[in-house]
Amino acid sequence: MISKRKIALATISISLALFAAGCKKDPPPPPPPPPPAPAPAPAPAKPTVSISAEPSSIERGKSATLRWSSSNSTSASLNQGIGTVPASGSREIFPTRTTTYTIEVSGAGGSASSSVEVAVRTPPPPPPPAPAPPAFSTVLGQRVNDAYFDYDKYDIRGDAEGVLRANASALRDLFGTYTNGRVLVEGHCDDRGTNEYNLALGDQRATAARDFLVNSGVPASKLSTVSYGEERPQCTQEDESCWQRNRRAHFSVAP
Amino acid sequence: MRLQKLFFVLSLLVCVAMSSAQQADVSIGVTGEGQVPSIAVPDIRGLVGTENESTFNTTLWNDLDASGQLRMVSKSFYPRTAPRRAEDIQASNDNLPIDPGDRGLWLIGWSDPPISARYLVFGTLEESSDRLVLNGWIYDVTMEQIQAAYVFGKRYYGSLDEAGARRIAHDFSRDILQNLGLGIGLAGSRVYFRSGRTGFTEIFSMDYDGANLKQHTKYNNIVMTPAVSPDGSRLAFTTFVEGTPKIYIHSLETGRRLTFYNQDASLNATPDFSIDGKSLAFASSASGRSQIYMADLDGGNLRRISYSRSLEIDPVVNPRTGSQIAFTSGRSGVPQVYLMDVDGANVRKLSGGQGDAVQPSWDPKGEQITFSWTRGFEPGNYNIFVMNVATQQLVQLTHGAGRNENPVFSPSGTHIVFSSNRSGGTQIWTMRADGTQIRRLTTQGRNTQPVWAIR
Repeated sequence: MISKRKIALATISISLALFAAGCKKDPPPPPPPPPPAPAPAPAPAKPTVSISAEPSSIERGKSATLRWSSSNSTSASLNQGIGTVPASGSREIFPTRTTTYTIEVSGAGGSASSSVEVAVRTPPPPPPPAPAPPAFSTVLGQRVNDAYFDYDKYDIRGDAEGVLRANASALRDLFGTYTNGRVLVEGHCDDRGTNEYNLALGDQRATAARDFLVNSGVPASKLSTVSYGEERPQCTQEDESCWQRNRRAHFSVAP
Repeated sequence: MRLQKLFFVLSLLVCVAMSSAQQADVSIGVTGEGQVPSIAVPDIRGLVGTENESTFNTTLWNDLDASGQLRMVSKSFYPRTAPRRAEDIQASNDNLPIDPGDRGLWLIGWSDPPISARYLVFGTLEESSDRLVLNGWIYDVTMEQIQAAYVFGKRYYGSLDEAGARRIAHDFSRDILQNLGLGIGLAGSRVYFRSGRTGFTEIFSMDYDGANLKQHTKYNNIVMTPAVSPDGSRLAFTTFVEGTPKIYIHSLETGRRLTFYNQDASLNATPDFSIDGKSLAFASSASGRSQIYMADLDGGNLRRISYSRSLEIDPVVNPRTGSQIAFTSGRSGVPQVYLMDVDGANVRKLSGGQGDAVQPSWDPKGEQITFSWTRGFEPGNYNIFVMNVATQQLVQLTHGAGRNENPVFSPSGTHIVFSSNRSGGTQIWTMRADGTQIRRLTTQGRNTQPVWAIR
């Protein structure tokens, strides 16, 4: 079944092989004439590159953008650990101190480089750790004092008036600084009345103290009241000095 | 045989002597009261002596004793055997009951000295596989005829544990008292109170004798002034859990909190249920100072009842008429007990004006009010008084033994529960409504503000 076509193919292949062998055996051609000296072949163009930074000066923590473009280059590389970059392009950078960025390009015609400095300004020192305002509760405890009451009474005594007036002035002042501060006016009783009646009595002591403060210019919206009756005593001795300490309006930070 | 008889006669004589001595003691204890009937309650035995059996007998005895309506005949006088079933009481030929054990006539044996009982309780207590079964009877042993002597007999079932034994003892004793026309007794009633034993104050309850303690609130906060609805299904109280005093209501059946809308006020406190259990009387500062209000159980339909420029708190609704409210008011300068109609009309002062008079509470008939008063003592040193509202007659029940507060009548009207520091720490105590038979119910922590509920 050997066809005529296969025989022909084999014949062509053999003749080609013979021809190739014959070529190698040809004598070398004469050297080409030297190029004319005054007109040398044009040399490959030298690469160029330029880089800029926008902005060229930043505050620490901010970023700048490097932009570069080059010509006749086949590779480009940025220092400062950035490495290979496109021949033209841009990149956002976050220098933490003044840094000079240099781009180097190279091409058939050699290499070139360009640099730009990005100045990093140290931000103005944070306002001297603003003597962190003490906690509202601390200042409240220092500047606002308990007002005391007589047994089974909720009217404001002479000594309590003085205390409450000073409290009102301190609170007006404090609310200027602690604009979100709110105050809970607590009414307390000694333990001689009953638990039940003392709820009502403590409620009126808190209300009386609150009203006094409001009349002295403290915004009512800043104050709320609670009666603890005799449920939260400061002391438990059964004597007048302890009873007096417990018959009070106390001022705490509202929850 | 002769020697035995001689010994029997001698011991009878000794017993008679002891009996009369004891009666003398008792009569001192119940001054002012008429003679109360005597009752013999021999231990009711089961097939085997179990712990449930002794729990049952102790509870039954204490229930009947604590009622204050019966004189308990000391067990040391009883014959060695007691009837166990109705059949054990047999008639002789002349139709008089006889003792089948040949120890004299059954009934006469209990009604004659030294026992001298009017009533005899007996029965059987058996433990089946899954429950406790009591067959209980009571006879009037002063009756000659068996038919006339029979008062009642009934079968009771309880769970096969201590709680079941206590339950059927309570049920039996309650039936005994009711069948004898002696009221409902204390059996099955519970005392709710404020306890500091957890480090906070929460509401607890216990049987009237201090057993079966149960904690009802766990707010880890101030929880105070409990009140229980007349049917025993709901618990209302004051709590600071939201910051300011507010009223909460719990179902005692599910233990869950029910909705009660607290109106906008710095104080909503000291709730008490109306007699139909469908509304609350309480104190609120909604008007600017604590006044008396009423509202439906969900807080709706709010109405102000009292109008004064003084502090008012502690409203309690007359449990019989529902039409009057007793409360504490500072109208006269110092806190005093006042009465008004449920619409706020007819305000009048009940207490005498000297010292603080506070914490009123009604007897179940709505005729008397018990309250705490410092009259004659330093501020804070309260004693317990009872006033008949119609006659204004006043009885002082405690006399300076510590600080005695929060008196509340038992549902039977026969007793008063209160708090007192007479033993040192403040604890819950009960006494008969005449001030006798004082018993301490609690020991652990500080316990105050008791109320006495039907169950």
